Amino acid sequence: MAIAPITQVSGTAVPIPGADIDTDRIIPARFMKCVTFDGLGEFAFYDVRFNPETGEKTDHPLNDERFKNASILVAGINFGCGSSREHAPQSLAKYGFNAVIAESFAEIFYGNSTTLGLPCVSSSKENIEALKAACAADPTLEVSIDLEKMTVTAGDLTFPVEMPDSARHALLSGRYDPIKELIDNNDKIEATAASLSYVG
Amino acid sequence: MRDYAMGKTLYQKVWDAHTVGTLSDGRTQLFIGTHLIHEVTSPQAFGMLRDLGLPVKYPSRTFATIDHIVPTVNQDQPADPLAADMIDAIRKNCDDFGVTYFDLKSGKQGIVHVVGPEQGITQPGSTIACGDSHTATHGAFGAIAFGIGTTQVRDVLATQTIAMEKLKVRRIEVNGTLRPGVYAKDVTLHIIRLLGAKGGIGYAYEYAGSTLAHFSMEERMTVCNMAIEGGARCGYVNPDQTTFDFLKGRPYSPTGDAWDTAVEEWSSFASDADAEFDDIVIINAEDIEPTVTWGISPDHGISIGESIPDPATTEGDEKAVIEEALAYMKLPAGTPIKGIPIDVAFIGSCTNGRLSDFREVAKFIQGHKVADGVKAIAVPGSQITAIQCEKEGLDKIFEEAGFEWRAAGCSMCLAMNPDKLIGDQICASSSNRNFKGRQGSPTGRTVLMSPLMVAAAAVAGHIADAREIFDVNPDAAVA
Repeated sequence: MAIAPITQVSGTAVPIPGADIDTDRIIPARFMKCVTFDGLGEFAFYDVRFNPETGEKTDHPLNDERFKNASILVAGINFGCGSSREHAPQSLAKYGFNAVIAESFAEIFYGNSTTLGLPCVSSSKENIEALKAACAADPTLEVSIDLEKMTVTAGDLTFPVEMPDSARHALLSGRYDPIKELIDNNDKIEATAASLSYVG
Repeated sequence: MRDYAMGKTLYQKVWDAHTVGTLSDGRTQLFIGTHLIHEVTSPQAFGMLRDLGLPVKYPSRTFATIDHIVPTVNQDQPADPLAADMIDAIRKNCDDFGVTYFDLKSGKQGIVHVVGPEQGITQPGSTIACGDSHTATHGAFGAIAFGIGTTQVRDVLATQTIAMEKLKVRRIEVNGTLRPGVYAKDVTLHIIRLLGAKGGIGYAYEYAGSTLAHFSMEERMTVCNMAIEGGARCGYVNPDQTTFDFLKGRPYSPTGDAWDTAVEEWSSFASDADAEFDDIVIINAEDIEPTVTWGISPDHGISIGESIPDPATTEGDEKAVIEEALAYMKLPAGTPIKGIPIDVAFIGSCTNGRLSDFREVAKFIQGHKVADGVKAIAVPGSQITAIQCEKEGLDKIFEEAGFEWRAAGCSMCLAMNPDKLIGDQICASSSNRNFKGRQGSPTGRTVLMSPLMVAAAAVAGHIADAREIFDVNPDAAVA
C-alpha cells in the first residue's frame, strides 16, 4: 500500500467557466450505473461537452483541440458542490486530470480528491482569473503546482495557493490514502468500539 | 454516563467519544458507529476490499438497502442490465461479507435516509456515515451524520473508521411559530437562501430554537437533510423527548433497562447551555414564507410572492450567475415566479417522502384535480411509509386527485431509475437539488418547494401559492 509522494504537478491547463459547478455536472447520475469506476473518464462533464438535443460537441473548453492534452483543471468558486459521489473526482482523474486549481472547493469533493491523489489547491479570484486568462491566451503554457512552496507558476505568473495542512502533509508524505494507517491502529479502534454502548 | 466538562456542543461530545486517535497527517481517526450503504456508491468499495483481501471489521454495524435505481413501478424489475448488475452486486456483497440488507422482499426497503430512522438504527450521540451527501438527515436525532466518498466507504468497511478533520459549529436558531402554509422545507430553503450554498463549508450546523424544538422528527429530518445544500457536511438537532418518543419501540431501539440507560446517555450528548459556538445565526419563524427556487442552485430561493431576479439590476459575479441560471431555466427575468407553468409534479425523496408529508398534502388535495397536461407522481420514501399511507387511504386520495401513487425509491430526485424529466420539462419538486440536469434530462428544469406547494402547482398547472389554492388563511391564528 506504499504510494509515491506528490510534491508537484505540472502540465498544461484548461480553464472552465462558471461558479458552483456541482458533481452532477461533473458526472451526470445516469453514468453512475456501474459497479467499477473504470469507464468514467469519457463521461466527465458530458452534458456540457455535448449538446443534449443534437449530440454534437459544444464550444465547451474541454472540446477545444488546443486544450486536448491539458492535465490541470482551472475552475471558479465552490467547485464540486452537491452529491458526495466519488465518481466525480474519479471521472476527472480518468479523463486525464492530475490536479484542480479553483477559487474554492466543496468539502466532500475536496476530501475525495485528496484521497485519490488528485491535489486541489485554491487561490483568490484575481489569481484564478489571471491564470485562466494566461491559459486561454496560450494553451501550451506549462502550469506548475508546487506543494512544498504552495505556489502556482505559469510563465511570468506566480501566486500563492492554499490547501489544508493535513491534505498537504498527506500528499507530500505519500499517505493520502489513509487505509494502512487506519488498519495499523486496530487496537485503538477496538478500544473505542468497546467504549460505545450502541456498538457493543 | 460520560462526565463532560461544561460548555461543549453535541458535535464536540460526539467527536470526542468517537475519536480513535490522531493520524500522522494531523487528521483525526474517527470511529463510525453506524454505516449505511446503497447500491450506487458501495460496489466499488467492496471491490477495493476484495483487492486488499480484507473482511468487513464490524459487519453488524453496516446496514444496506437499495434506493437510487429502484423502479417505482414494478419495483422488482430493474430497468436495464446495468441496474440489474448493481442490485446483484449489493446482494452478493452483503451475503459475502455478512451485512444486513433490507431488500425489496424485506418489506423494509426504501431510501436509506428514511430506512435508518424508521428502523431505529439512527440514534442520538452516534456517528453515522453513508456514501450519500444527504446523510445529514440523521442529524435530526442528535447524531453526527455525513456523506463520504466510496474510498471512505471502503475505510469504514475495513476499519469502521475514517480520517477526518474537525468542523466548526454554527448554531442556527429559528424562533417562533411558522405561519399556516409554511413548512420545514421552507425553513431549510430559507436558511440556504440566507447563508448561501457555500456558507456552511467548514461547519456543522446545529439547528435550534423554539421552532425546531416544536418540530416533529420528520420535520427535523427535512431541515437537516439539506444541510449539505448550504455547504455544511452535517447538521443536527439536540435530542429531546420528541426524539426518544420517536425511537421507542423501533426494531433496533434498545429495550427494557437498556432503553432507560440509553435515554440517559443520549440526553447527555445534547449541547450544554453554556456551549460555545463558532457562529450564531438567529431567524424569526414568522419571517419565513413559502419558498421556491428560480435557478440552478438551492440558494437561488425566493418567497412565492417575489419576482425572478433580474440580472440587469446587478453587476459582476452575481449578474453572471443570474444570467447563467436564467438562460438554463428559460425563465423571464423580473417577472413573478407565481404563474410559471409546470409539466411535472414530484412529491417524494429523502427530503420530503415521509408519512407526515403525504398526510399533510392529503388533507388539502381532496376535491382537487391535477391540471390537464401535468404529470404528477407521489413516491413514498420506504415500503413501510407506503404501507402506512395505504392503510390510511392516502394513496386513494392522491390517485383521485390525479397523482400516480408509486413504490418506494429515490425516483425523480436524481432520476437514476426510469422516473425522469423529458427534454426541458419543468418540475415542481419536493426534492433537494435543482442542479442542471439533476432530474434526468440534461435540459430538465427543477423548482424546489414544499410538498404542499408541489400539490398546489400540480393543481394549478403553474407555480402557485398553496395558501391561495387550498384556502389557507396565512394570517390565521396559529394553534
